[in-house]
Amino acid sequence: MSDFAVDVAGVSMVFNNGRPNQVRAIDDVSLTVRSGEFVSLIGPSGCGKSTMLRLIANLIEPTSGSITVNGKPAAQARLDGDYGMAFQQAGLFEWRSVARNVELPLELKSWDRAKRRERALEMLRLVKLDEFADHYPWELSGGMQQRVAIARALSFSPGLLLMDEPFGALDEMTREHMQTELIRICAETGCSVVFVTHSIPEAVYLSDRVIVMSPRPGRIAAIVEVDLGKRSEDTREATDFFNKVTEVREALRGFEHTDRVISVDDR
Amino acid sequence: MGDRQASRARMRARARRVVMFALALLLVCAGWELYKMVGPEAGGKIFGAQLLPKSENRAMPHVWDMVQRFGRPEQRGSSRTVGQAVAEGAWYTFRLASVGLLLGVLVGMGLAILMARFRVVERGLLPWLIVSQTVPLIALAPLVVSWGGRLHIGGFTWQRWMSVSVIAAFLAFFPIAIGALRGLTSPPAAAVELLASYAAPWSATLFKLRLPAAVPYLMPALRLAANAAVIGTIVAEISTGLKGGIGRLVLEYMREATGDPAKVFTAVVGASVLGLVMAGLVGLLDNYVSRNRRREATI
Amino acid sequence: MKRGRLAAVLPPIVFGILFLAAWELFVVARDIKPYLLPKPSAIWGQFHGNFTFIRKATQVTGTNALIGLLLGVVLGSAIAFAASRFKLLNELISPMAIAVSAMPIIVLVAIFNDLFVITSEIPRRLMVAVVVFFLVFINVSKGLTQADATQLELMRSYGAGEADIIRKVRVPHALEFFFVALRQAAPLAVVTAFVSEYFGGLQNGLGSRISQSIANSRDAAGWAYVVGACLLGLAFFLLSIALERIAMPWKVRRSSS
Repeated sequence: MSDFAVDVAGVSMVFNNGRPNQVRAIDDVSLTVRSGEFVSLIGPSGCGKSTMLRLIANLIEPTSGSITVNGKPAAQARLDGDYGMAFQQAGLFEWRSVARNVELPLELKSWDRAKRRERALEMLRLVKLDEFADHYPWELSGGMQQRVAIARALSFSPGLLLMDEPFGALDEMTREHMQTELIRICAETGCSVVFVTHSIPEAVYLSDRVIVMSPRPGRIAAIVEVDLGKRSEDTREATDFFNKVTEVREALRGFEHTDRVISVDDR
Repeated sequence: MGDRQASRARMRARARRVVMFALALLLVCAGWELYKMVGPEAGGKIFGAQLLPKSENRAMPHVWDMVQRFGRPEQRGSSRTVGQAVAEGAWYTFRLASVGLLLGVLVGMGLAILMARFRVVERGLLPWLIVSQTVPLIALAPLVVSWGGRLHIGGFTWQRWMSVSVIAAFLAFFPIAIGALRGLTSPPAAAVELLASYAAPWSATLFKLRLPAAVPYLMPALRLAANAAVIGTIVAEISTGLKGGIGRLVLEYMREATGDPAKVFTAVVGASVLGLVMAGLVGLLDNYVSRNRRREATI
Repeated sequence: MKRGRLAAVLPPIVFGILFLAAWELFVVARDIKPYLLPKPSAIWGQFHGNFTFIRKATQVTGTNALIGLLLGVVLGSAIAFAASRFKLLNELISPMAIAVSAMPIIVLVAIFNDLFVITSEIPRRLMVAVVVFFLVFINVSKGLTQADATQLELMRSYGAGEADIIRKVRVPHALEFFFVALRQAAPLAVVTAFVSEYFGGLQNGLGSRISQSIANSRDAAGWAYVVGACLLGLAFFLLSIALERIAMPWKVRRSSS
């Protein structure tokens, strides 16, 4: 196991390469995520942060550059199940019970039935939803469904969590509660996290580092170190917290003053 | 609304619909008898065209006569009642239609999976599938019979009834194929991505995601297919001259109508009940399969 | 734009040509007897040769289908409107319509044949009308009762009366469902007119001609009549699509049906 959970080196992503509707989503980005680190990707719409996440997840291949996850090429990491993913929509299968939803990746990895059930219940205990193991997704609230999705993402104990605005569809109070839960879960499992978000306070509250991306073509505009120590309910009201939020906001604001036109590569 | 309250309200609504259906049926019968009283015996003309039906007893028997006919013997001196004959015929047709439906489901699902897997197959095949439904294969029913007659594989000989089932299958496979295709391609991109992140092969995605997601699309398609299978079986029975089913009975009784006008109505009722039973069975299957899913608004 | 159209039309055409070619080769190579499966070329020859007969039979079946279609469409829409206005009527007819849609009502032709004189075309036209009626009624009713909640609220905020709401919101919405029904009803009318001929009565339409040809072992001729029936069904279908385009020019059709 290498020191870095994720190592992105000189990655560019061009969609529809060579055709008239070509788009350069990401331009020469390099970043690293250390083992056990929580890193957020934040930036204006279309800056390529979701694309970046999908590149790490090996759901798409970069046009240039390389991505290493857990010391292996991203493709191998995907085949070996080295990461778990969570999206904005919980994406639970409505025809499966909560527990069976959590079991899904384990079924695909051919675990036997008893072990699957045991692990699913363990994960549900972790997210504090073990009582609802045999309920169905439509009986649960949005926040609860997301917790199930997180339980599912962690079910085969990957060292890395990739999350694409998982709390984006939740109301503010549920969101803050989920953030606290996520921090607790990460502390208990020791996993690294790459977290895409639109919300500055959320990024600052959750992360060890906030990576700010520029508008398309996405580049790294700034990296903000967040050293707020152990998070608690009071953290959100601390002066240090506000200062960090301001720092990130200014990094994002930097784009508004440049005469940038979000352009498509012309060929 | 609480869960129990909701299901009780649904049952009340269903009961009300049944009552209304019975009432509508009664009104139709009342209208029938009313026409018999005031309508022209030998039929009449409107605007010079023979548009009004004959109201005499030989053409329009009284409703009560129709009901009574079920209990009387089929032919003069026959051992079984019309009711029994109709029931036997309906049972025979039901079995043929079921075989046809099953075949249609298998073929329809197979084609849908192929089309979902290979986009080029979908683009090339789908328009022809749609066109295939404009071919009145019913017309070719006698041909299917003669083909089957020449088919000899090992000890297996083609029975005449198989041609009828094949035709029913032809009518049934199309709604299944279309419904299944829509259902198989319905999952959102995020769900497909999720399974890609697990490095799941296409077969795993098919069984764990696409097929379960297709169920809400398959059930209405199955209703259509079951209805088509019944119609196809009955019409194919008539056009191939297959004996034993309700289609044949309708034709026979229609030909005997001048002497025995009420009999044909019994066969028509039998065929209608067959259709309702088939629909009811599909409805039961739907309830079972969708038991854990969230209830959508029903008609 | 042009490239997209060509790409959509090319695969089915290629499939079709391959299919016909394979058919012709198969019959020739395996020396299949004509009563089993005629060659496409033989069918074409028969189509040409019997054209007048085919045209006459098509006219008969087509007229029956058309009259029944018109009748069913007009009555179905009218009663659907009435039912949306008078709840009791709706409660009486809707369960019946749902039950009928599960039944093989084609068997009613047997009854119709007895109600009218033996040489009448009425039974078939009536049968088509009945089949089309229920299809149109169910769909137009659905269209009239379902309407966008936001649009309804908007109309109410303008103080619009019930009549206005019907005209400006419900009817355009129902129009969409009407054409969904028409697209199915048009080819269905042809098939129903066709199948009705099997129950006896006048034997001058496509259905009876096909059975006669096959019974007289003139299979290629029978297939030629089938081609006529397909063309008739296709014509009705295309007509309904053309009507839809004229009536609802704002609808942009997406890729699949």
